[in-house]
Amino acid sequence: MSPHNRSLDKPMSAGKATVFINARIIDPATNRDEPGGLLVKDGLIADIGPHLRRNAPEGATVVDCKGHVLAPGLIDAQVFTGEPGYEHRETLKTASHAAAAGGVTTMVVMPETNPVIDSVALVDFIQRRARDNALVHVHTMAAMTKGLKGEEMTEIGLLKRAGAIAFSNGKSSVANTRVMRNVLNYAKDFGALIVHHTEDPDLAGNSAMNSGEVAARLGLSGASKLSETITLERDVRLVEMTGGRYHAATISCAESLDVIRNAKARKMAVTCGVSINHLTLNENDIGSYRTFFKVRPPLRREDDRVAMVRGIASGDIDIIVSSHDPQDADTKRRPFAEAADGAVGLETLLSAALRLVNAGEVTLLALLKAMTINPARLLGLHSGRLVKGAIADLVLFDAGEPWVVNKDLLRSRSKNTPFDEAKMQGRVLRTVVAGETVYEYAGVERT
Amino acid sequence: MAQSPTPKALTRFPRRHLLTCEGLSAAEINFLLDLADKAADHFRQGGPKRDVLAGRTLINLFFESSTRTQASFEMAGKRLSADVMNMNVATSSVTKGETLIDTAVTLNAMRPDIIVVRHHAAGAVELLSQKVDCSVINAGDGAHQHPTQALLDALTIRRAKGRIAGLTVAICGDVLHSRVARSNINVLNTLGANVRIIAPSTLLPSQPDRLGCEVYTDMWKGIEGADIVMMLRLQRERMEASYVPSSREFFHFFGLDHEKLARAKPDALVMHPGPMNRGVEIASTVADHSRSVIREQVEMGVAVRMAVLEALSAHLLNSTPSSGGDKLS
Repeated sequence: MSPHNRSLDKPMSAGKATVFINARIIDPATNRDEPGGLLVKDGLIADIGPHLRRNAPEGATVVDCKGHVLAPGLIDAQVFTGEPGYEHRETLKTASHAAAAGGVTTMVVMPETNPVIDSVALVDFIQRRARDNALVHVHTMAAMTKGLKGEEMTEIGLLKRAGAIAFSNGKSSVANTRVMRNVLNYAKDFGALIVHHTEDPDLAGNSAMNSGEVAARLGLSGASKLSETITLERDVRLVEMTGGRYHAATISCAESLDVIRNAKARKMAVTCGVSINHLTLNENDIGSYRTFFKVRPPLRREDDRVAMVRGIASGDIDIIVSSHDPQDADTKRRPFAEAADGAVGLETLLSAALRLVNAGEVTLLALLKAMTINPARLLGLHSGRLVKGAIADLVLFDAGEPWVVNKDLLRSRSKNTPFDEAKMQGRVLRTVVAGETVYEYAGVERT
Repeated sequence: MAQSPTPKALTRFPRRHLLTCEGLSAAEINFLLDLADKAADHFRQGGPKRDVLAGRTLINLFFESSTRTQASFEMAGKRLSADVMNMNVATSSVTKGETLIDTAVTLNAMRPDIIVVRHHAAGAVELLSQKVDCSVINAGDGAHQHPTQALLDALTIRRAKGRIAGLTVAICGDVLHSRVARSNINVLNTLGANVRIIAPSTLLPSQPDRLGCEVYTDMWKGIEGADIVMMLRLQRERMEASYVPSSREFFHFFGLDHEKLARAKPDALVMHPGPMNRGVEIASTVADHSRSVIREQVEMGVAVRMAVLEALSAHLLNSTPSSGGDKLS
């Protein structure tokens, strides 16, 4: 059951064979981590294993991986672009270039555009624009309520049939509990996945950041973690009653993780994600009102960050997303409270995540699991794994190379990265989508 | 002038009111259907008006607007020679703030013989029945019951198929808000049909399996092999309240078109209690198709209501126009 329209897929390269030799093959789906090689034919993985480590089949183009990691291409389940409506911030094309440079071979774009993706025609629009312009696979979520207003549900059945991979209410929560119940209840009949941003809008109010000591010192209004956890707990109760598949888009605090753990312990179909920002940053990074650190949910305290990382290590948090959210100077160069939320993240996703591995906080296998096979299973995709016959979406990366982020070199049309001038360890060397190389690290950065 | 009541009716339908189908026995239902069958044949053959209710007063008290049900009761009453009075509630004291019970007490003082009541609140008809001395017929109370609709549906099925036991009846649409569905589930289950309900989960009551039906949220599966496909009306307000996203999507997944109907038995009948939303719950071509018995349902409506009036008339003994209890003296 492929949830997307095959005719809109990336064309697969026909008749060509490429062999990746001398690689450290990591496949989280099968817990494989061993030296070996991988053969790609007609856009699919034709063979894999230690026997290909040095032996290239005749006629195949050879890529020497020099012992670096070859893994399934990353699947990023939360990417905001500006198309349609805010193309000056990001288009599907520019986002896909950023994705390719970040080792992301599948990105799921959010419906929070102008107009909102809440009709069959707009789902079709995204798919066609992506097919014609994007370097990587693109799937779209559709809005779960019309105009993301949280009042009337969308045509979930027809939208799913048109190719919407899941249903989201963007960066706002459905505050009306009756509407949320109806959406969950209705979506269940169609096997549709509901992905919800959990934040009580009344409780969070116009808050600028996490509530606590830092907000108090900076004189900014704070949003309590409770606004996230209360909505999440409500949702879990509703899912318990209605059944159906529910995914909390990005949790950010230890209390929310407890709710998820309890739901999973009760065998409910509840999953959750966390953004790379909440795994690698905390509220102290805001420093003196640095708006590039203003994100939604807000950055929390260090102990919450540590809880999120442990959630990845234990598997209680299912997926990591970039929550790539391009904003321009118009929306970011403002007083902190008035600046827009959001940070770009596609290009730095893997490098930032590798910080956790290099710091010994999480294993490489657990990390990659949350960015490959887990999102693939959540979204019903056949990618995210290295097995014979699977689509050849791959990332080759050096897990240890040090480098410094320069925001001016980012491919994203917007440069609002919280990692500008940050030291990274580990970078993407090559990205392959359906057998085609869509990004290759040149060794020297453009300037 | 009044006919002597048939002792047979007294024992075979031992009720003073018809408020709900829940608890009606198969014998009671069959008794009513047999009476209705005769009434239908009588009038099909151009038979004369009967005087079963001559000298009796029938009040149609409709708190919710209705064309066909009110007209059907009026027709049934007149064919049995009753004096029929239609209370236009929209212009009555009800809109001046009178409570339901005050209205009931007021009407009771006028000594009617039978009151037919429709009300938007579930349980309102039963409440009213406790405050009057006459017989009360429920013509629809909220999402609770509409007994004569279920009886006319049963009669239509029985006349077309020759039986009800063993048939598979698929009731499809807004079950949550439907008194027609609840009444039909009672009657059809009592008569031995296999009842299925088909609706999106948002339009199903909670614990729908407890109603004694098979429950489907996929119409293509639910309609498979059905002998009868009974469609329910979807009200436009359901879209605004987010029970379903749009009439377009509802029609696509839960509307009866020829493609879905093809999954039912080849001789399956199509029913609808009316009024229909063409293109929302039923395609026009299906509604007007030869397998549709929607017009027969209207005809059987009059016959069934005559049968109910006749059955209840057997219990009007103590309130004949000449001998009523004289509370005023």
